[in-house]
Amino acid sequence: MADQMTKTQVNLFGLSKADYRGNPSTLCQGCGHNSISSQIIAACYEMNILPENVVKFSGIGCSSKSPTYFLNRSFGFNGLHGRMPSLATGALFGDYTLHGIGVSGDGDSASIGMGQFKHVVRRNLNMVYIIENNGVYGLTKGQFSATAEKGLQLKSQGTNPYMPIDIAWEALVGNATFVGRSFAGDPRSALHSYAWGKEHEVALHELSFVPPAEDITVEYDEGEAKEVTLHDGSRIILKKLEHEYDPHDRTAAMRILEEANAKQWLITGLIYISPTKPNLVDLHNLSPTPLNRLPENRIRPAKDTIEQVNNLMF
Amino acid sequence: MTTLQPVAEIEAPAEKQPVINNFSITVATVNGSGSQTSNITILRALFKMGIPVSGKNLFPSNIQGLPTWYTIRVSKDGYLARREEHEIVVAMNPASFLQDYNDVVPGGAFFYADDIKVPNNRQDISLYPMPVKQFVKESGAPSNLRDYIANMVYVGVLAQTLGIDLDKIYMALNFHFKGKVKPIDLNFGVVKAAYDWAVQNLTKTDPYRLEPMDATNGLIMADGNTAAALGSVYGGVHFVAWYPITPASSLAESLNEYLPMLRKDPEAPDKNTFAVVQAEDELAAIGMTVGAGWAGLRSMTSTSGPGLSLMTEYAGLAYYTEVPLVVWDVQRVGPSTGLPTRTAQGDLTFTYFMGHGDTQHIILLPGSVNECFTFGWQAFDIAERMQSPVFVLSDLDLGMNQWMAEPFAYPDKPMDRGKILWEEDLEKSDGVWARYRDVDGDGITYRTLPGNRHPRAAWFARGTGHDENARYSESDKVWHDMLERLKKKYNTARQYVPKPVIDTMDGARIGIIAFGSTDPAIKEARHILAEKGLPSAYLRMRAMPFTSEVGEFVSQYERIYVVEMNRDGQLHQLLTLEYPEQATHFISAAYTDGLPLTARRVVQAILATEEK
Ligand SMILES: Cc1ncc(C[n+]2csc(CCOP(=O)(O)OP(=O)(O)O)c2C)c(N)n1
Ligand SMILES: [Mg+2]
Repeated sequence: MADQMTKTQVNLFGLSKADYRGNPSTLCQGCGHNSISSQIIAACYEMNILPENVVKFSGIGCSSKSPTYFLNRSFGFNGLHGRMPSLATGALFGDYTLHGIGVSGDGDSASIGMGQFKHVVRRNLNMVYIIENNGVYGLTKGQFSATAEKGLQLKSQGTNPYMPIDIAWEALVGNATFVGRSFAGDPRSALHSYAWGKEHEVALHELSFVPPAEDITVEYDEGEAKEVTLHDGSRIILKKLEHEYDPHDRTAAMRILEEANAKQWLITGLIYISPTKPNLVDLHNLSPTPLNRLPENRIRPAKDTIEQVNNLMF
Repeated sequence: MTTLQPVAEIEAPAEKQPVINNFSITVATVNGSGSQTSNITILRALFKMGIPVSGKNLFPSNIQGLPTWYTIRVSKDGYLARREEHEIVVAMNPASFLQDYNDVVPGGAFFYADDIKVPNNRQDISLYPMPVKQFVKESGAPSNLRDYIANMVYVGVLAQTLGIDLDKIYMALNFHFKGKVKPIDLNFGVVKAAYDWAVQNLTKTDPYRLEPMDATNGLIMADGNTAAALGSVYGGVHFVAWYPITPASSLAESLNEYLPMLRKDPEAPDKNTFAVVQAEDELAAIGMTVGAGWAGLRSMTSTSGPGLSLMTEYAGLAYYTEVPLVVWDVQRVGPSTGLPTRTAQGDLTFTYFMGHGDTQHIILLPGSVNECFTFGWQAFDIAERMQSPVFVLSDLDLGMNQWMAEPFAYPDKPMDRGKILWEEDLEKSDGVWARYRDVDGDGITYRTLPGNRHPRAAWFARGTGHDENARYSESDKVWHDMLERLKKKYNTARQYVPKPVIDTMDGARIGIIAFGSTDPAIKEARHILAEKGLPSAYLRMRAMPFTSEVGEFVSQYERIYVVEMNRDGQLHQLLTLEYPEQATHFISAAYTDGLPLTARRVVQAILATEEK
């Protein structure tokens, strides 16, 4: 019987929270990306996910740097700008017992990576896909991203003339089996959606906002709409889904996002879930031994087959 | 020492003297009219008659409507490169009819659909009209099959006038239609009827004849893409990601065909030990391939020039993160539209440097269908040993045309999975290891794979800026040392890549260096040159980096001709970079027009300098 002390310090695997940490963040202080990293650490620890069972992926951007800052005991690959989804797709065939966490930004997924984003959603990869949406290109210093509101004014960039892309909407249209959104400054909600994401191995959509110095935290209840002032002075209205909201209804999910767009709300919460669809790796009916552990005699056809092959030629 | 017989040029026939098993047949049809079945049937029948034969499809980038030519060469001496001369021409396409008519060599034969009007201004060739329309009508074939039937008419007429065995034609049709009686009978019925018609109605006035030989015994016919796919299967490929593109598509499609057939897991027969994913584009195809290679899979993609261009950034990242993967590039003329269905060797320098920053890639250069097979499995061994991308450069001619080949040989070596550490290895070392530390002094470091549950196994892959432990670093020294180690590793690759094939004639005065599908043209050219008193030594390059044999070869000859199918002499450039002290001895004989190289071009290019 574990005593009270150890109970609070380790999880079911006997791992402490420190076993889930990564390297110290090199991102700006108060950056929402960091709070998401902390949420991932907390979620994996509390949900008893072995770091060895997770593989981290990312594209390029401040957000995409963050896999270095959590789960040091997990393998990870920092890929190319906008092309994390394909990297993760290939890698997760290596060992089907692994789960992916992909971290991307709004530039990484909604601009250069829109194609790969839509296709990975369509293929239902067994990966939680987190988009850390700050409305700008952080790493290249503040250009508009495709999720920036039309009419948004930034000192260095002028006024954004284009309509924004709603990534949650895109995921839903693309047949994602899980779509959720939370505000990085709302710890309760982030953890909650992570739990869903983990269980159902599907795309998750996160929302966070860029520096300066202080973390923005908001607490708001289900069904509540809350206005938040961001570091750059712009305002958004967050609207948490009602308690009664049924996330299994895709049409309803679309309607809610559409209405929210009209009111300029950002819906947070679990927007849609379809827990039964097989994921990509299931679809391929893979051997019970992970592919990367198969010995030679299980991947090279036997010697006698070569004659059969030559007989197939003319 | 060379063993081929001399004499390759075909002389204009003396009066009435028959020309046996030594000429070219060109069939001109409309693209999409089903002539492929007819042409390949002739090719296969000739092969089964024991005559050395090659067939080349010169087709437009179009599904239906544009002119297309198929040229077959028979050569009793085994010279199988394309020739520019056409002794026998079959004209089925009104659009190219005049050109086809004028292309027949003096003394040659012109077979044509008799509803096309012939100018009748050539007394130097034999004319054979064929009542194609009539046959189609009489066959009673449904309208969707009429084009196919029309094209079987010339098969029958050629069979009679040239002497193709009907039973061999039957064998070819039986193979093509996979034993399905109905289409075999329908097509063979037309062939036979046309044959009988020719017996009654045509009088042979040309000298060209086919006779059975014994020169193809024990050989098979196959295309390079099929061979590459099969070789990859025997290489244990786990993961394929691809995006359709001519002329590479049939490689991945063959993998789709053969993997389920050949890859039966003895321990879980109803489960798969492989996955093939059709990606959304080549950016994704290579991304998936890199991911899978990193995760420890034998991972590959296949593409052609345009797709290769899109793969550049990931190729560079894979070089720097040291991920094994195999990329088949079935080269074509590029870019964009125009000549995508024509062959070339234009991707060599691009592939070599593909990436940004300093990059040198390992490249394999198969020169035959058999090498497509062998390099198919060897590429994985090299990629995993070197922890590096390996590019295999084939081309449209090699990849898509049918070639005579030796039966495929089972790999003669066990797999080389390279330096991988699993849980038990890490236990032995108490978890002490570093992803990018050169422990063995060969530039190749050890790697662990995702799924390795040892708590010290994990590492984080990123492009630039990693130290020996794969930790983020922007240190100048760390980066410089990393680059130097990669260079050392590339040098190590020299001992793992296929060596060149060298053939030296007695008294050789010149050297020839070439690679890939130009091999038959070069063999033939060398014999023509030898006849003219210019014996040569020939090095067929099979890989980059160059091995020591190349260095020895280039130091031996005063003049070394570098023959390749591109404009700028890309192999010539790379040789000059590698052996600057020999630079003035290298002479570029690059030539490209979209068609497979002919011996004549090679002879001309070399003589132009030699006779100066
Ligand atoms: C092919 C390519 N193009 C451009 C860049 C430059 N680049 C680096 S990060 C970035 C934008 C990242 O924006 P986002 O994904 O929103 O990440 P954030 O920094 O805001 O978290 C760009 C354009 C690159 N690395 N690669
Ligand atoms: Mg951003």
